[in-house]
Amino acid sequence: MSSPLLEVKDLQVVVGEENKVLLDGLNLTVNAGETHVLMGHNGAGKSTLMSALMGDPRYTVTRGQIIFRGQDITHETADVRARAGMFLSFQTPEEIPGITLESFLRTAAGAVTGKPVKVMKFRREMAAQMEALNMDPSYADRYLNVGFSGGEKKKAEILQLLMLKPALALLDETDSGLDVDAVKTVASGIKAYHNADNALIIITHNAKILEGLQVDYVHVLDDARIVRTGDGSLVNEIIEEGFTALKEDEAK
Amino acid sequence: MRAFETEKTEVAEIDRSVYDIKDKVNAAFEVNSGLTAEIVEQISKEKHDPDWMREFRLKALDIYNKASIPNWGPSLEGLDMRNIVTYVRPNTEMRGKWSEVPDDIKNTFERLGIPQAERSSLAGVGAQYDSEVVYHNVKEEVAAQGVVYTDMESALTGPYADMVKEHFMKCVPPTDHKFAALHGAVWSGGSFVYVPAGVHVDIPLQSYFRLNAPGAGQFEHTLIIVDKGAYLHFIEGCSAPKYNVANLHAGCVEIFVGEGARVRYSTIENWSKNMYNLNTKRARVEKGGTIEWVSGSFGSHTGCLYPMSVLQGEGARMEFTGITFAGAGQDLDTGAKVVHAAPNTTSHISTKSIARDGGVSNFRSSVVVLPNARGSKSSVSCESLMLDDRSRSDTIPAMDIRCDAVDVGHEAKIGRISEEAIFYLMSRGMTEEDARALIVGGFAEPIAKELPLEYAVEMNNLIHLEMKGSIG
Repeated sequence: MSSPLLEVKDLQVVVGEENKVLLDGLNLTVNAGETHVLMGHNGAGKSTLMSALMGDPRYTVTRGQIIFRGQDITHETADVRARAGMFLSFQTPEEIPGITLESFLRTAAGAVTGKPVKVMKFRREMAAQMEALNMDPSYADRYLNVGFSGGEKKKAEILQLLMLKPALALLDETDSGLDVDAVKTVASGIKAYHNADNALIIITHNAKILEGLQVDYVHVLDDARIVRTGDGSLVNEIIEEGFTALKEDEAK
Repeated sequence: MRAFETEKTEVAEIDRSVYDIKDKVNAAFEVNSGLTAEIVEQISKEKHDPDWMREFRLKALDIYNKASIPNWGPSLEGLDMRNIVTYVRPNTEMRGKWSEVPDDIKNTFERLGIPQAERSSLAGVGAQYDSEVVYHNVKEEVAAQGVVYTDMESALTGPYADMVKEHFMKCVPPTDHKFAALHGAVWSGGSFVYVPAGVHVDIPLQSYFRLNAPGAGQFEHTLIIVDKGAYLHFIEGCSAPKYNVANLHAGCVEIFVGEGARVRYSTIENWSKNMYNLNTKRARVEKGGTIEWVSGSFGSHTGCLYPMSVLQGEGARMEFTGITFAGAGQDLDTGAKVVHAAPNTTSHISTKSIARDGGVSNFRSSVVVLPNARGSKSSVSCESLMLDDRSRSDTIPAMDIRCDAVDVGHEAKIGRISEEAIFYLMSRGMTEEDARALIVGGFAEPIAKELPLEYAVEMNNLIHLEMKGSIG
């Protein structure tokens, strides 16, 4: 068996001047082809884990290791991780005035692949993906996320995922704030991206976005670490019964 | 969250006194400038001036000697006014050698991809290369439409001599300020353009092609007269740095916009970083005419640049779009002025300033609405972006409204690049430096799209260059 895509070993992450511990002793292994779901109540550390994996400078790793595709990236900057094949779909994507979505994506594609982008081919592919995501073609010429609705921002994140084709996609509540139809569209986009060579880690409170995906593992975060790991059936169990019931179960 | 967090500021009170520099004569200041009537006469003689110009220069010299240095704006201490004669007569030294051009300028040429042949020409040294040929071609093409496009020296004695005499420094009189007076006394080089009534000049005229005319690039005079209903786009300068041995630039641009005419004047000023750029630009706009300024200020050690529009005829309009980028050691004070002197006139000023690495990039504007200018509209908006805590960017808007029936607005925003935006872009594979440059480029985009394409591209390159090494 080949080595894992991502290995997180005994990770401790702190934030702020007071070094508040947000993650402590977290372990996680993700193989190519897998889909992992992170669940847990607000503030359990799900988003922190994703941001720390991506190299958000606000968080400091004080112990442990992040190994991605065999390379220790624990202390690398976000751009190095992105070029190594990691991608984060942001919960609230930034607005960048003056840069169109298309030119941003072309710049990103060039940066990630390290190769010049063939403009015509890129435009055709982008137009096709936008159509699949039910995005108005005029968004390509609009400034990145500026004035986009919550739903359009999330679609633009999935468009980036589809165009940049990372080896590991971290999706932080990509379904939040979306109406039913938009969740379906985004879910089919995620499905289109996923294959045997890449992996997904998804934070969600909602099973809809997982429709059509084979969920391999569900991890429940609480108190700065993973407290339970189960298979896909755990998603519905949690949605129906909540974390409190789950915790009481554990206690028994 | 936006890439640059901005907050709106209210302008509570406006200090007008900073603009009251006109005619403030301080005889006590008078020092031995070293610039004498003999020297000015000699310049005049060498240039074969007509008599009136010789007298004009001497009068301007007199005003210069009596005027004091403006007591507002950036410090001009580094200018040795006692030794002004070395600024005025550097022509022989200006024929320096390419090898003496500072390395940072040579590198910029390299990175901007300016052809070898043009580099030394742009730097203000050496002979004219291919650009002279291009200039002549342009000249012939527009001449067919009756347009006059020539250098100021030729214009003074050519068929349009009377027109030059009638307009020369009528828009910017030597009494305007000390450096305008200096300009009047020692000016040389520059362009003269006349567009006859109703003529629409399709191609932009670029003074760039004749940058290195003898003595040009320091006290050059640009006189543009666009007759009734005509149109002209004039482009001055170039985004590559202009290097002069002497470090004072006091050029003058005068634009006369006739009834119903439209003039667009675009410029990117990127002087070498030892330069004091004290340029005066002004347009007079007749009834129904339009002046559009697009202005980029990058280089210079210290810069004072506030193109002014006098809206003299009913319904005259002005639009000013500007960007200023100040880095380490730079103090750039830029903006625009407008005088609404007739009913139903319109002005729109929109600027962006960027300061980094301890640079100072201030915005200064003045809007004057005279009592007869009822029904006029003015809007001023400036946005600044500070790239670190050591840099400064202030907004100094002045408004003098003497008419009730007007619509005047002002908006200022000051911002910083958000760390979240940097992280967002870096998570898409861009280095921190590229991410910052991209955000700054985006900030500048509304200005870039007003520029001719090749200038927009060069401005973008320039921003990337200025952003190099911006981290740490």
